[in-house]
Amino acid sequence: MEATIASIVAAAAPLVFAAVGETITEKAGVVNLSLDGSIALSAMASFAVAFLTGSVVLGFAVGAILSALVAMLVAFSGIRLRLNQVAVGFVLTLLLAALAQFLGNPFVRQPGPSVRPMSVPLLSEIPFVGRILFAQNISVYASLVLIVVVAWVFRRTRVGLELAAVGERPEAAHARGISVSRYRFGAAAVGGALVGIAGAAFSLDVKLGWSDTQVAGFGWIALAIVIFGGWRPVWVALGCYLFGALQVLALKLQPVFPGVAQILPSLPFPLMIFTLVVVNSDRLQRLGERFPFLGRLLMSDAPAALGTNFEV
Amino acid sequence: MLELRGITKRFGSVVANDGIDLDVPPGSLHAVLGENGAGKSTLMKILSGFLSPDAGRIRLDGREVPTGSPRAALQAGIGMLHQDPLVCLPFTALDNFVLGRRGRIDRAAARREFGELCARLDFDIDPDVRARALSVGERQQLEIVRLLSLGVKVLILDEPTSGISSEQRTKLFAALRTLAADGLIVLFVSHKLEEVEELCDRVTVIRSGKVVGERTLPCPADELVELMFGEVVVSSERPVVEIGSPALRVGGLAAGGGRQRIADVSMEVRAGEVVGLAGLEGSGQRTLLRVLAGLEPVRSGTVEIAGRRVDGSSYEHFVAAGVHYLPAGRLEEGLVPGLTIAEHLTLAARLPEWVVDWEAARIRAEEAIEHFRIKGGPDTPADALSGGNQQRLLLAMMPKDLRVLLMEHPTRGLDIESADYVWSRLLARRESGTAIVFSSADLDELVGYADRVVVFFSGRVLADLAAAELTADRLGTLIGGKVAS
Repeated sequence: MEATIASIVAAAAPLVFAAVGETITEKAGVVNLSLDGSIALSAMASFAVAFLTGSVVLGFAVGAILSALVAMLVAFSGIRLRLNQVAVGFVLTLLLAALAQFLGNPFVRQPGPSVRPMSVPLLSEIPFVGRILFAQNISVYASLVLIVVVAWVFRRTRVGLELAAVGERPEAAHARGISVSRYRFGAAAVGGALVGIAGAAFSLDVKLGWSDTQVAGFGWIALAIVIFGGWRPVWVALGCYLFGALQVLALKLQPVFPGVAQILPSLPFPLMIFTLVVVNSDRLQRLGERFPFLGRLLMSDAPAALGTNFEV
Repeated sequence: MLELRGITKRFGSVVANDGIDLDVPPGSLHAVLGENGAGKSTLMKILSGFLSPDAGRIRLDGREVPTGSPRAALQAGIGMLHQDPLVCLPFTALDNFVLGRRGRIDRAAARREFGELCARLDFDIDPDVRARALSVGERQQLEIVRLLSLGVKVLILDEPTSGISSEQRTKLFAALRTLAADGLIVLFVSHKLEEVEELCDRVTVIRSGKVVGERTLPCPADELVELMFGEVVVSSERPVVEIGSPALRVGGLAAGGGRQRIADVSMEVRAGEVVGLAGLEGSGQRTLLRVLAGLEPVRSGTVEIAGRRVDGSSYEHFVAAGVHYLPAGRLEEGLVPGLTIAEHLTLAARLPEWVVDWEAARIRAEEAIEHFRIKGGPDTPADALSGGNQQRLLLAMMPKDLRVLLMEHPTRGLDIESADYVWSRLLARRESGTAIVFSSADLDELVGYADRVVVFFSGRVLADLAAAELTADRLGTLIGGKVAS
């Protein structure tokens, strides 16, 4: 049981990086749809760099920088060129995935360096929780710390408040002297870097090595989980773990129901649509109005200015 | 002392502000008056840093205010309350209050300051409630309190009274008087003469981007009207129309839910009659109009159009019975932003042909533009029209033969000339036997145009009065929920 949960937490780490990163970007009102291609490119480049230099850290760094640049390109095309962010993101997804496949050819299925396991002394000896949370590697620890830090920044800090204002009503932020485009570039860069780290975490930790098929689709799943989690970091992370759990379940059920088990990993999608239907149902909305606490817990709208370009 | 010198702003070939000079001493309630499109909003956006002027300078207390940046304007002490208050709806009142402050946020201190400022101005806002749950008037109060906490010396209010209840208006005016007494400069931008006269002590009138006069109040109203329009507008005389058979009959109607619910509404409107619906915003007028238009279901009771029951029927059925509804949200509910005048008229005509004859459509559009005096061409998109011209376009789109015409705030946001024109077209409809039911927050409009006024209070009919027995004063008392003895 512990081992299973520990493996879910470990396997979901890249997804947590990507989904929480995209949450930051979208919170500022920028939608970066290039995720899927961006993850592929970073996964390939990180592995290639680590393979050639032997340095895992350098691999992660290159992945983060690449995806941050891609996200900045999306933000730039929206903020400065006034292009449609959705269209730009789509085109980049296709382009980057093809680029990763082309450039990554020499590295396909090569054995290479990876993140070493590293138990936290003492903490890993705590029964149950220790095995799940503290007997992992540094990439997984970072994903856990990220959730807490982002949730804290969103809830408690001035930066979090201003970030939400920029994504919710940029003209209100502008009227208060907050620089909308600076926040949007910043959120795109930070979110993009996390997407790149997600790619690196795939090829250097979870899936070990590069092949273009093994990361395909995860970007779209991350985008879906952001909606599922209602743009709230903790809920988004829970969505990632739910997805990871369903994957493990699929693996375990494979011998039991041969032939059917393959569809289990796609369960999060109908589940997500079902959740949205339930949350938006009249009955629940009314319940939420009556009990504000429940309403706040269940309902969370998209940033109102998501995907729009703000003109002064 | 606030000084504006030679403020000029062009949008393409249109000169929105043409060398505007303005001096306002501290402690004044100064009005900027002008009809729709006169250039008031542009001037205020320049003053608050939202727009950069092409020429001109702003000085406050002898110091130059940098233009083109809201942050610089705020730092210099100029704050603006926008017509639609710029608050973030999912945020709490307190979060909106602190949003935009530099440095670390001290919520406990901010909460105390918020409470003190609210108490001083007699505002009552729960700091933990989400802005979404606040009325427009309360969002304004929130913004005023926020701007004061930032230490503004100039408070600009852009058309603050459209969309708020009369109670909130009273509260707002009282607060503004308090602030001016403390030495703040209050710039009150409006096209409503009565409000300017009620509140302000000095007024600058703007027409077509130029300052055309400045007066100390009180001053004769027709003098101000002449400054605003260049000519005195005479309200159109009402032609006497024969009242016919009942066009609309409502019995024991209940509908809507929550705050929008109405109960036990009975009324009869005859062909050619004009009935006004009065009451505080959200007292049930909107629900009634939407039920009569077939847009909302009837819970119990009956609705008859020309003697035939229509309650429970579809919207299409209502339309076929000759009902037409003009909602208050002209661009949101009535028109399609992005479609041109010609396209709108073609949509409304419901022609049977598969292929649209655009040649003919343009000719029809040009005729309608001339007939309804719309300022625009057949290819002008609806969202590029001013409020008054949008309303004219909606009038042009109405079907020819109507039994019942329902309108929500038919002249809200229009200047006197446009409002007068709209009513002249509406009243002309009565001659062909159309019954008109309209809601309005403008007491003079209700008294001036309705044959009967039905007053709503919290979802019920409080009174049903003939216009002859009405004055704006008496109506005002009734709307507050007090039945005159």
